[in-house]
Amino acid sequence: MLSEQIISELQTIVGPNNVSTVKADRICYSYDATQQSFLPEAVVHPKSAEEISRIMKLANRERIPVFPRGAGSGFTGGSLPTKGGIVLCTEQMDRILEIDEDNLVATVEPGVITEQFQKAVEKVGLFYPPDPASLKFSTLGGNVAECAGGPRCVKYGVTKDFIIGLEVVTPIGDIITTGGPTMKGVVGYDLTKLLCGSEGTLGIITRIVIKLLPLPEAKKTMLVLFDSIDGAAQAVSAIIGDKIIPTTLEFMDGRTLDCVRQATDLDVPDQARAVLIIEVDGDREFLDKQANRISEIIQPLGVVETRIATTPEESEAIWQIRRSVSASLRKVNPDKFNEDICVPRSKVPEMIRKVDAIADKYQIPIVNFGHAGDGNIHVNIMINKKIAGDLLKAEGAIKDVFKAALELGGTMSGEHGVGIAKAPYIPLEITPVTADYMKAIKRSLDPNNILNPGKIFLDSPKH
Amino acid sequence: MAKLKNLEDYREEMEQCVKCGACRAHCPVFGAEKREGRVARGKIALAHSVLEGEIDLEAKVLEDLSQCLLCGSCCTGCPNDVHTEDIVAAARRRIAEQKGLSTFGKGVAAVLSRPKLMNMLAKSGGTLSSLLFKKLPENSGLRLRFPAPYLESDRTLPPLTAKPFRERVPEIIPGDPQQPSIIFFTGCGINYMYPAVGEAFLKALKFLGVTVIIPKDQACCGLPAVSAGATQTVEKLAEQNLAALSRHQADHIVTACASCNAGLSSIYAEMGNEFDELTAKTMDIFVFLANHGLVEKLEALPKAEKRIKVTYHDPCHLRSKGITREPRQILKALPQVEFVEMLDAGTCCGFGGTYSVYHPENSKRIGAKKAANITDSGAELVATDCPGCIMQLQDNINHAEGGQRSVHILELLADALHDYP
Repeated sequence: MLSEQIISELQTIVGPNNVSTVKADRICYSYDATQQSFLPEAVVHPKSAEEISRIMKLANRERIPVFPRGAGSGFTGGSLPTKGGIVLCTEQMDRILEIDEDNLVATVEPGVITEQFQKAVEKVGLFYPPDPASLKFSTLGGNVAECAGGPRCVKYGVTKDFIIGLEVVTPIGDIITTGGPTMKGVVGYDLTKLLCGSEGTLGIITRIVIKLLPLPEAKKTMLVLFDSIDGAAQAVSAIIGDKIIPTTLEFMDGRTLDCVRQATDLDVPDQARAVLIIEVDGDREFLDKQANRISEIIQPLGVVETRIATTPEESEAIWQIRRSVSASLRKVNPDKFNEDICVPRSKVPEMIRKVDAIADKYQIPIVNFGHAGDGNIHVNIMINKKIAGDLLKAEGAIKDVFKAALELGGTMSGEHGVGIAKAPYIPLEITPVTADYMKAIKRSLDPNNILNPGKIFLDSPKH
Repeated sequence: MAKLKNLEDYREEMEQCVKCGACRAHCPVFGAEKREGRVARGKIALAHSVLEGEIDLEAKVLEDLSQCLLCGSCCTGCPNDVHTEDIVAAARRRIAEQKGLSTFGKGVAAVLSRPKLMNMLAKSGGTLSSLLFKKLPENSGLRLRFPAPYLESDRTLPPLTAKPFRERVPEIIPGDPQQPSIIFFTGCGINYMYPAVGEAFLKALKFLGVTVIIPKDQACCGLPAVSAGATQTVEKLAEQNLAALSRHQADHIVTACASCNAGLSSIYAEMGNEFDELTAKTMDIFVFLANHGLVEKLEALPKAEKRIKVTYHDPCHLRSKGITREPRQILKALPQVEFVEMLDAGTCCGFGGTYSVYHPENSKRIGAKKAANITDSGAELVATDCPGCIMQLQDNINHAEGGQRSVHILELLADALHDYP
């Protein structure tokens, strides 16, 4: 346990109301969406970079591990206090500091909720595209630390493509700034990109400078039902081959549709074995043309039915099918491992076939849906932890899925990160020398291994 | 014997929570105070730890579990449909078993289970309020102020009536024998604070020729006792109501209070098979009116030349049951009303029964957002279907100095039917 002296110092830094060591609070900050739980010794809620800097200096002096946390909605355990210590939560640093309409740049604190930021910039006709499924509750700080993605990334890119500057407290407690509000900048290493997706291991983000786009005038949503997954996958290639990049290109495989049919009364015809949800955005006058062109291109590829929304309600009805997936999966089995492999776009059908073979090999249901446009597939391995052997099967299947993705030139994770959940599999994807290069960075910036230790790499870096 | 579920019965429900954090986007209390213990996910973690004996009932556990409006907003956004409000209520019962009821909880339990005491309080409240309010201008927020123990001084509340509604009306009001008959479950809000809503209820049903039975011996639905964790009071009231409501033959048991509706149809539903018929027969007034052709009848009335802008607030206990369409249909059909939708109409007003008494500061913060949305809608009136909400909404508006009034939809309906006997 932390000594009275240390707790008192923490109280001096952040104020007594922003430090807690009572068990109730330690329980409430012990988990994230991985559903694993590790009790921290203290929870602190700093309000500024200066406070965080002092906490890091204290933590280094006393060798206490510090675990930065946003909303605690990650899927890989990036914010879990795996070694006790201090949970440092940025949720109270939640101000939008500036929206600069002349330069299309905004500056925010890390605790701002992604959707609230999007609404704020949309009010003045601007646009922040990254849209992770958690956008209603996840924080921008967490999004940057994990380099969050989302359906719109196929056209616009992921979180790091919009981050042009950061203020960061380093593991030893210095306050540094990277990049800035300019659209170009090549002085020194690109630390901004290094920190995006660093999972809270290299620094604590205290301020974020974000590049914005003009808000597209309108969007159009269409639902296309295919008689096979191959047709849907070929459609993706055909659309992009025709030089059209839709805003979103989401797919659901046959097993996913079975779940939706079982769990809801949504209208999904039986002959549909795959679905694409395609959204295009831009000037209103071009949208109809683009939607019609897409229908034309994909028509020969086994299309069962095409629905093009003409009202916001119809568009909503289409997205409702996608949104119902998560809950309907639980009718298959209560527990799920949600992996987020990414393969080159053209390899999606091959990947799905491999996953189907893995599901047959282990005799467990695996349901695939996700972002076909960028090859990012959510592979959901559905088990019941209470059934003996299911967990082992899942572990085997996960490893096989990762190997299959890597064989196709893909990656184990497109957007969720490594954290602790994928750390054991890192050697499958990263060569020892590459891993050493990464660990050398961590080691030199965090000599005492204080900040989010044990994440990404299993063994703590040693001197 | 009526029996509420205990915390153990909710183990499976608690384990359905996958800790995704979606509730953080929906919980009004978390919106007022950004701490994990204030949000559904945190409360489930705490309740589960209590169940597993991993944590004592330390002060912070009690505080976090008391910081819940039981509004069910979290459930709306929950991918696994976890009913945190039921889990928290069960946890509060566990706490009351082990620690005893809080002082206020004891008061709630005592008053609710003794209707005579309630009548007496109402009568003295009525005298007191008539003395207090006489000299205040008509639109002063103070006019609605009612000083009561345990209530902070700047809270504005309606006066209690000197003559409760159920004492004003006969037990059976016969209608057209061709039409259905209903039992009117008045609830305490209408009986003691808003008797005019009760009168409006009768006027609407008379218009349709419906026979109305108002059992004199009906009691409080018990929801405030659920909120306070007073198990035995809830069970006693449920049995009392079962007896009172079963004495009469009727097609439906109709409520004009969202909370009573939840009490009868959701809370009692969990308490034993003997409540099945009562629960199945319970219906919200606007669902009943819409099902019996009132919308069409209202639409046939000539529209008023000058109409009032009215917005609608969804009471949590209707919204969580999916009853959002019918109250709006009736409102929109009223000849004197121009309906406007407000932002976040389905977000809790901040009342939460006993919540607003325990946590006035957060209740006010939550209410301030509501008041701002009402103002932004441009409405002059905010109409709803729950006396608790009416009271809280008026208090929210008074604090924000918005100048609007909160009313029951039934009052507007009675106005529209003014020319009918």
